Amino acid sequence: MYLKLIPDNTNVQFTKLRFGAMALSAVLIVGSIIALFTHGLNFGIDFRGGVTIEVADSEPIDTGAVQGAIANLNLGDVKVQEIQDFAGTDEAVIVFIEQQEAPAADGSETAESVADANEDAQQQAAALVQDALRTLLGDDIEFRKIDVVGPTVSGELVQKGAIAVVLAIGMMLIYIWFRFEWQFSVGAITALVHDVIITLGLFAVTSLEFNLAIIAALLTIVGYSMNDTVVVYDRVRENLRKYKKKQLSELLDLSINETLSRTIMTSVTTLLALIALAIFGGVVLRGFTLAMIWGVVIGTYSSIFVASPFLLATGVKRDWSKQSVAVTP
Amino acid sequence: MLQFSKFQTAAILGLILLAALFGAPNLLSESARNNLPGFVPKGTINLGLDLQGGSYLLLGVDTDKVIDDRMKGLMVDLRREMRPVSAIGKERIRFDNLVYNDDSGVVSLRIANEADIDAAADRARDLTRGGALGLGQRNYIVSVNGPAINVTITAEARRFFSNEAVRDSIEVIRRRIDPAGNKEVAIQPQGENRIVVQVPGDDDPEALKALINRTGQLTFHAHDPSVSVQDAAAGLIPPGRILVPFSESEGAGQLPLVLEEDPIITGAMVQTASAAPNPDGAGFQINFAFDSSGARRFADYTRNNIGSIFAIVLDDQIISAPTIQSAITQGSGRITGNFTAMEAAETSLLIRSGALPAELKTLEQRSVGPELGADSIEAGAKALIIGFIGVIIYMVVSYGRFGVYADFALIANIILIAGALSLFGSTLTLPGIAGIVLTIGMAVDANVLIFERIREELLNGKSPINAAEIGYDKARSAIIDANITTFLAAIIMFQLGAGPVRGFAITLAVGVVTSVFTAYFLTRLFAGGFLLAKRPKELKL
Repeated sequence: MYLKLIPDNTNVQFTKLRFGAMALSAVLIVGSIIALFTHGLNFGIDFRGGVTIEVADSEPIDTGAVQGAIANLNLGDVKVQEIQDFAGTDEAVIVFIEQQEAPAADGSETAESVADANEDAQQQAAALVQDALRTLLGDDIEFRKIDVVGPTVSGELVQKGAIAVVLAIGMMLIYIWFRFEWQFSVGAITALVHDVIITLGLFAVTSLEFNLAIIAALLTIVGYSMNDTVVVYDRVRENLRKYKKKQLSELLDLSINETLSRTIMTSVTTLLALIALAIFGGVVLRGFTLAMIWGVVIGTYSSIFVASPFLLATGVKRDWSKQSVAVTP
Repeated sequence: MLQFSKFQTAAILGLILLAALFGAPNLLSESARNNLPGFVPKGTINLGLDLQGGSYLLLGVDTDKVIDDRMKGLMVDLRREMRPVSAIGKERIRFDNLVYNDDSGVVSLRIANEADIDAAADRARDLTRGGALGLGQRNYIVSVNGPAINVTITAEARRFFSNEAVRDSIEVIRRRIDPAGNKEVAIQPQGENRIVVQVPGDDDPEALKALINRTGQLTFHAHDPSVSVQDAAAGLIPPGRILVPFSESEGAGQLPLVLEEDPIITGAMVQTASAAPNPDGAGFQINFAFDSSGARRFADYTRNNIGSIFAIVLDDQIISAPTIQSAITQGSGRITGNFTAMEAAETSLLIRSGALPAELKTLEQRSVGPELGADSIEAGAKALIIGFIGVIIYMVVSYGRFGVYADFALIANIILIAGALSLFGSTLTLPGIAGIVLTIGMAVDANVLIFERIREELLNGKSPINAAEIGYDKARSAIIDANITTFLAAIIMFQLGAGPVRGFAITLAVGVVTSVFTAYFLTRLFAGGFLLAKRPKELKL
């Protein structure tokens, strides 16, 4: 007998659990929104501008000394973080410098010249930090990574990131609308927005760095959650054709249970791959991987407990053989 | 559903073999690849800069300044046109208020006598005749507004000159960072006024930026000893004169010089420049040679000004200010500053490569050292292999024989992704590797959908073959709908994302397509072959 995480003929009455799920989702969403407003997101330099420099040395690096040396440069907010080098041989730290603003000179500058000066200020700060690190740690250090993002680009990336997420959700809305019915479309989108907000909430609560890779993760979560929801909806549509008289709540339960095994199976394989990435994939990908793991869990939950019960609230077209009006249950 | 014709089978397996062929060069060393016969595909997956190390720079070209310079030049021409020095058949036209407004982009002047307005407008039109864009088009529009004449640049011409500035900048950058043309640098325009520079393996991004960000404007100026440096520094500087400091390599102690603003010769007339040790002393010098018109001008100037000083100015700093000993007629010369070998080489490269049309701003920089890149590859590969093994075992444990089929499909999937990425010459980034790992997890989804469906049908008492038939049939719509949504998300990511995110989007999108293909065709080929050959009475799944 093969491994079956979900026994045959499982019959959980998911729609009965929907009020509990609603309460849980409501708490998570409200909590996320509060956290977003109080903590905010820990934007990386992709979105906030600034400088990140990763430096490695064969000798141990005194984080405090690095912090002190760079604080002396008067570049504003400085953060020094020790990281685990992949090979475990070198010591490495990451230095973050906030976005620089060129000092206002004589008031004769135009908006354009200020913008130019600000771009230059980032570059100068990056050069200053590199010099300071060389002075402190010696010339044999290795700059493993230098990222400098100026105000123009960071502003654009914020805009692009937001557009991408909204556009992705919008396209899904239209696609599902065409393939199913508007009730399905709205239900699926509710689940997506739910997932995105709660994932953002996770980032606000944990202060994990929110960067461009996280936007990619959000979009993948949107795709994944949608994928899950569609599979359940596809079965709902099939059962609607099959059982014309069955109560909608029963029909939804049946559809969810029938697809449950697949839902869990796919989540497990995806999580297997993601956990391998989280453990072995290195520091660079960690934020992305954690976001994805969280998103897979939330996405799976939302397609069962949010997207499907949503159809109970809106009602669906019952007769799929010909044109007909929606019937509320 | 389960039967495939010989032709279909050949097509499915052939496609996978083809992908293997395209993907195979990635496994060979570079020298082995070069020894392959010509008809064998040799393309490999390009590693992104985050994996092989290197620098990515996003540069902004100040195209507004290019237009401003052009309009200011036009202003000078207009003045000359209205007040011809030697009036050959042309009357002087009196005017005032000649201004250029850089916000509106309009050059305007007010004509003193109403009677002159038409003539003045005609002269302005003659001056701005001709279009860079083709016959019958004008670059500038001359309009008369009361006593004022306004000259504006057309939107088309503005775009044309901006594009030209970007193109010229790209050429200059290429000459500077890849003078021999043998490096794998990529320099591409992006949007209207941006340039992306990608240099693999360069581990000193600061030197790279220093080379790119200098304008490289070389000019030769006459010295004006009649104005004292003290007066000039205090702001008492006559028109047409500029106060220029010495560069650091020339020693910081030297006082600046007052020079004539209009250069004798510009860098555009310099044909070659090279660094060489100074035969007369310590340090290095730069040898240069003018083109024919530069040589003539330089000869005339030196002949008439023996004993006076002239200054060689690079980017608003004097790099040398020799006294003219004799007429220099051979059209070449040398700059003997206190250059180190490095400075001499860099300066001669700057001179050779020509000046940038406008200053470049570094808007974004991403540099990765080669060691971090190697670490990332190792980490990504490790995660890939472990995730792969985990999923393979899990599928066999869950579905037995059919799980093995799904695993074959998964392997074929990796081959197809590698083949597709090699064929398109795509760039593999670290997020791209993450995309492949994720694809492995999600790729089995289509198979899972089908197998679960077959399980259900078996439970409903269907015979194995029948259950499989129905399973493949009924799972189809879910597979298509579910994968199209992920594909849409990947496309949006590609459209809006930058570098690394694009790498992720590409592998995700390719992975979606290949996973549907392998699940729907390859496992069906295996499963159908098994069921139809053995016709088992019951099927464990």
